[in-house]
Amino acid sequence: MPTLSPKDLPSADLAAGQLEQGHSLWSDAWHRLRKNKPAVFGGVVLIALALLCFLGPLFSQSYEIQNLDLGAAPPSAQHWLGTDTLGRDLFARILFGGRISLLVGLVASVVALIIGVTYGAVAGYLGGKVDTVMMRIVDIMYALPFTIFVILLMVFLKDPMQKVDAWLSQYRWLSFGQGMGKILLLFAAIGAVEWLTMARIVRGQILSVKKMEFIEAARALGYGPGRIIFRHMIPNILGPIIVYTTLTIPAVMLLESFLSFLGLGVDAPMSSWGTLIKDGAEKMEEFPWLLVFPGSIFSLTLFSLNFLGDGLRDALDVRASKD
Amino acid sequence: METKTVGFCRLFPMGNRLLALFVAAALLLNGCGRHSADSVAGAPPKKILNFGNGTEPQDIDPQAVNGVPEFNIILALLEGLVSYDPHDQHPIPGVAKSWEISPDNLVYTFHLREDAKWSNGDPVTAQDFLLSYKRMLTPSLGAEYAYMIFNYVAGAKDYYDGKLKDFSQVGIKAPDAHTLQITLTHPTPYLLKAMCHMAWFPVPVKVIAKFGGLDRKGTDWTRPGNFVGNGPFRLKSWQPNQRLVVERSPTYWDRANVKLDEIDFFPVENANAEENMFRTGQLDITSELPPDKIPFYKRDHPDQLRIAPFLGLYFYSCNVKRPPLDNVKVRRALALAIDRESLIKNVVKGDEQPAYAVSYPGVAGYVPRARLTGTVDEARRLLAEAGYPDGRGFPPLELLYNTSEGHRAIAEAIQQMWKKNLNVDISLHNEEWKVYLDALNTKNYQLGRYGWIADYIDPNVFLDLWETGGGNNDTNWSDPEYDRLLAASRAAPNDQDRYEIYQKMDAILVDQLPIIPIYYYTRVHLVSPKVKGYWPTLLDMHPWQYVDIDR
Amino acid sequence: MLRFIARRILETIPVLFVIVTVTFFMIRFVPGGPFTAEKAVTPEILRNLEAHYGLDQPLWKQYFNYLGSLLHGDLGPSFKYPNRTVNEIIAEKLPVSIELGTEALLVALVLGLTAGVFAAARRNSWLDYGASGLAMVGICVPTFVMGPLLVLVCAIHFGWFNASGWYTPADRVLPALTLGGYYAAYIARLTRGGMLEVLNQDYIRTARAKGASELRIIFRHALRGGLLPVVAFLGPGIADILTGSFVIETIFQIPGLGREFVTSAFNRDYTLITGTVILYAALIIALNLVVDVVQVWLNPKLRFE
Repeated sequence: MPTLSPKDLPSADLAAGQLEQGHSLWSDAWHRLRKNKPAVFGGVVLIALALLCFLGPLFSQSYEIQNLDLGAAPPSAQHWLGTDTLGRDLFARILFGGRISLLVGLVASVVALIIGVTYGAVAGYLGGKVDTVMMRIVDIMYALPFTIFVILLMVFLKDPMQKVDAWLSQYRWLSFGQGMGKILLLFAAIGAVEWLTMARIVRGQILSVKKMEFIEAARALGYGPGRIIFRHMIPNILGPIIVYTTLTIPAVMLLESFLSFLGLGVDAPMSSWGTLIKDGAEKMEEFPWLLVFPGSIFSLTLFSLNFLGDGLRDALDVRASKD
Repeated sequence: METKTVGFCRLFPMGNRLLALFVAAALLLNGCGRHSADSVAGAPPKKILNFGNGTEPQDIDPQAVNGVPEFNIILALLEGLVSYDPHDQHPIPGVAKSWEISPDNLVYTFHLREDAKWSNGDPVTAQDFLLSYKRMLTPSLGAEYAYMIFNYVAGAKDYYDGKLKDFSQVGIKAPDAHTLQITLTHPTPYLLKAMCHMAWFPVPVKVIAKFGGLDRKGTDWTRPGNFVGNGPFRLKSWQPNQRLVVERSPTYWDRANVKLDEIDFFPVENANAEENMFRTGQLDITSELPPDKIPFYKRDHPDQLRIAPFLGLYFYSCNVKRPPLDNVKVRRALALAIDRESLIKNVVKGDEQPAYAVSYPGVAGYVPRARLTGTVDEARRLLAEAGYPDGRGFPPLELLYNTSEGHRAIAEAIQQMWKKNLNVDISLHNEEWKVYLDALNTKNYQLGRYGWIADYIDPNVFLDLWETGGGNNDTNWSDPEYDRLLAASRAAPNDQDRYEIYQKMDAILVDQLPIIPIYYYTRVHLVSPKVKGYWPTLLDMHPWQYVDIDR
Repeated sequence: MLRFIARRILETIPVLFVIVTVTFFMIRFVPGGPFTAEKAVTPEILRNLEAHYGLDQPLWKQYFNYLGSLLHGDLGPSFKYPNRTVNEIIAEKLPVSIELGTEALLVALVLGLTAGVFAAARRNSWLDYGASGLAMVGICVPTFVMGPLLVLVCAIHFGWFNASGWYTPADRVLPALTLGGYYAAYIARLTRGGMLEVLNQDYIRTARAKGASELRIIFRHALRGGLLPVVAFLGPGIADILTGSFVIETIFQIPGLGREFVTSAFNRDYTLITGTVILYAALIIALNLVVDVVQVWLNPKLRFE
C-alpha cells in the first residue's frame, strides 16, 4: 500500500476531538480533484456538452433538412451558428456530430480499455516467454498499416454490422435515424488500434506492482492468478488506467477526424465533428464559421478531457505533495 | 516549494540559442524563397508554363496508360497521324500530311511528312507506325486502350486474342516509308476523330526494343535520357511527385510555330492546395477548382476562371436486377423527382447543363429528341403505381459513390430531394475509389454514382456503353432491340442514317432509364490571363504547340 | 546490455516475417485490385495484365516468389507505376520524409522541451498556464486545420512562402512547423509531467535542503525524469514523423513516404504496400530498441527487469 503521511489525510481539517475517519484512496482523490480548478472546469464542460449533444437534437432544428437556395450563410437569428453549403443548420449539425464523436470516443476507448487491460495484465503477470511473445505480437500489430487495416475491417465487417444495425434500428431511441452504419465500424476499427498502447502501459504497471509485498502475500495465500490480477493488481493500477483512458478519448476523436479526412468517416448525411472540421478547413476562407464553430467545440472538448485527465492523474498520484 | 526567480537566459541558454538560430535560418531561407529562379541574368525570360496536372503520371508510354494527366504530357511528347484542332478538336494533319479514303470506306491511306523526325534524329516512317500498332496489339503488353485499335482494324482483334499469329494478316500495311494503309472491318465514319487519341500514337520501337519493352510495360525507355518522341516537346526531367519538365524539341517538323520553351507539369492532387498554388503564382493553369470557390472567382476574378462545356455525363447507374430498381416506374419516379436546376445552381455551381437524355445535345451535330419530361406530381403518381404510395413500404435503397466532397454534396442534395418530393428515404454510402469501382464492376450495388467522359467527339461514345454485357455496362440492363439498333448503327452508310438510329436508341434509354442522367459536365478550372492559345474545347485537349504565355 | 540488444535483433527476424506474411495476404483480400479502373478493361486485357504481373498464379506461389525476391533485397515492381520499382520509389521518397521528419523533430524538441521545462520550473504560474495552454492548443487542433491556416496566413495573405510543394529550402518551413508543432505540444506536456513527478520526489527535497541551486536541480535531476516519458513517446513518435504524416504531405503536396503509404493502399499497389510496411515495421522495431536502451540508461531501475 503506498504510504501516506498523516498530513495528507483530510482528517487534519476536522475539529479536534472528533474521531478520525478512515478515508479511502478514492475519497482522497476526489477531494484533490475538486480542488483542481482546470479539472473541475473540464469535467463541468464535458457534462454540459454531453447533455447538449445527446438531448439537444431533440429540440433543435433538423441536421439534415437542406435549404439549397440559402446555401452557406453566416450566423443569423434563425440559424444561430449559420448554415453549411447545403443550407443545413450548423448548430444542429454540431450537436448531432457531437453525439457521434463523443460516442465514438467513449465506446472505442472502452473497447480499447477492456482489450488492452486484459491483454497487458495477462502478459505482465505471466512474464517470461509468454510476455515476450505477447509483446512481440503487439509490436507486429503496431507495424501493420493502419489504413489498410481499417479499409479491410470496414469491408469485412460491413455485412455483420448491417445485421446488427437492422436489429438495433428497431429501438429507435438508440439509433440515429439513419441507422448506425459506419459508426459501429468505427468503434471496432479504432478500438482495435488503440488497445495496443493501453496494453503496453498496463503491462508496465503490472510489472512494477508485481514485486510488491502484498502480491507475494496474496500468492502465499494461494490465490489463483485470475483473482490476483483482477482483484489485487488492477485496482492498484487503476489510477494510471483511468488517466490513460481519459487521455485516449481525445486521441480517438482525433483519429476519427483523421479517418474523416481520408473519407472513411461516417456516412452522409450524418455528421461528426471530424467531418465538420474537415469540411470547414477546406472552406475556411469563404465560410469561416464552418470551421470556427465546430473546431472550437471540438478543441474545447479535447481541452476538457485533457484537463480532466491531468487532474485525475494529479489526484490519484498519492505521492504528490499538497500545495 | 521555494521560489527563486530564475532569469530566462540563465535557465535555458542552450535552448534559447537554438531557437534564435532556427528563426534566423527560417528568415534567411525565406530570402531564397518564392519560386525557384529559372532565369539566368541577362537572357530573355524563357516562356515556361506551369501546369497543374492533377496526379503523378503512371508512366508516359501511350500504350501503357489510360488517364488524362498522362495524356496531357504525352500530347507534348508525341504526335499521331492526326492531331486535334485547337479550337473544335476536329482532326487535322499531324504526322500524316494528307490521306485518302477508299470508296467503300474501308481503306484509309495516309501520306506521312518527309520531315517528321524523332527527337534522336531518326525519321518517322510508316514502318514505325506499323510496329507501334503491333506493339499495342501484343497480348502480353496488356494495353488498356488496345480496343481503340482492334474494334476497328481488320484482323486486329484476332491478333490480340492470339487466334492470328501472323501480323502481316492484320489490316495495317506500310507499302513504303511514307505511306501507311489501314483496312477496317466495317466503315467507321468517326475513325479519324478516334485516331487523334493517344492509343493511335506512334512509339519509338527501335528504342523500346533496346530496353526490352516491345512486349511489356514498365521498362526504362520512358526515363529522361532514354525517352524519344516525335512531338513538339522533348522530355527534359522527371522528378516523381514533384515535377515533370518538357522543353521545346529541336527536331519537331513544325518547331518554328511552337511558342512555349518549356512546360512544367505539377502533379498536385489536392484541389485546395492547387488553388493555393495558383494564387501564389506557382501554377498558371489548374486541373480543377473546388465548387465552393466558384462564386468567389466569378465575382472577384472572372478573368481567371474558365468554365467550358465538357463532353461527359454525370449519372446514377441503376442495378436493374435489384428491387426496387427493377421496376421502371420507380426509376422514372426517382429520375423525375430530382430538381436538376437547383442542384446545378446551388451545389455543383459550374454552370453545367441539366441532362434529360443520355446523349450530349449538340455532339458532332447530333441533338437527341428524346427527353425526360414530367413533374414531381407525375413522379409521385408513378411511385404510387409502382406500389409505394407516398413512399410507404419503399424498400431500403442505398446510393453508392466514391469518396469525394463533390459527389457527397450532390448525393446529399438528391437524397433530400427524394425525401421531400417522394417521401422516400435512401441511405448514402461512400467507398474509396477501388472498392467503389469493384462494387460497380461486380454489380454489387443498387444505385451508383457514375460519370462517363468521351474519348472522341461522336454521339456513339455514350450510346455504345449500354449494349448487353458491355464492359462498362454495370446496370445489368439488356434490351435486344437496343443491341440490334447498335449493330445497325455500325453498318449505317452515312451520318444522317446513323443519327436517326441513335435517336431511336436515345428514346429507348429515356423510356427504360437503366441510368438516371443528371447533368452534362463542364470543365471548371483556373487559367491565368497570361496564358494564350489555350481555348476551351469539348474534349479539353489542348495541343501544346499552340499554347503561349506572356512573360 | 549487448546481449540484450543482440537478443532483440534476433527476435526481430520472425517478427518481420510475420508482418510480411500477414500484409501480403491481408491486402489481397481487400476488394478491388490494382487494375480495377473506371473504364473497365476487357477480360482479355485483364488476363494479360494479370499474367504480366504474375497475379494469375496460385497465391502461395506468388507468396514464395515474393519472399525469394525479398531475400535479394528486391521489393518488386510497383503495380501503379509500371516503370518504377518499389526500391526506387522508397529510395526517392524516404529521404524527403526523413528531411521533413528531422526538421519537424527539431522544432518539436526545441519548442516542446523549452515549454515543458519552463512550465515545470514555474509550476502554476502564468508561464505554466501559458505554455501548457499553448501545448494544449497544439494537441487539440488537428494538423489538417493548422496546416491550411498557416498556409492561408503566411503564404497567401502575407506572401512569405509558397503555398505548397517541396521545391525551395523555404518550402520546408511551414510543413515543419505544422508537423513539429503538434509533437512539440505532446513533448511539452510529457516533459512537464515527467519533471513534476521527479520534482515531487523525496530526493529532490533532500537536494534542495543541501543547498543545490534551482538550475542544478532542474537540469541534473528533474530533466532526466522529464526526458523519460519523452523518450518513451519518441519511439513510435519518430517512426510516425519520419514516415511522414499523411496529412501534412497532402496539404503541402510533399513527395514523401507518408502519403505513399496511404495512397498505395487506395491504389491496391500490392508491392508498394508491402514494401512500405516492411520499412515502417523495421523502423519501429529499431526505434523501439533504441528507446528501450535509452530508457534503461536514463532509469537504472529498469535494468533489473
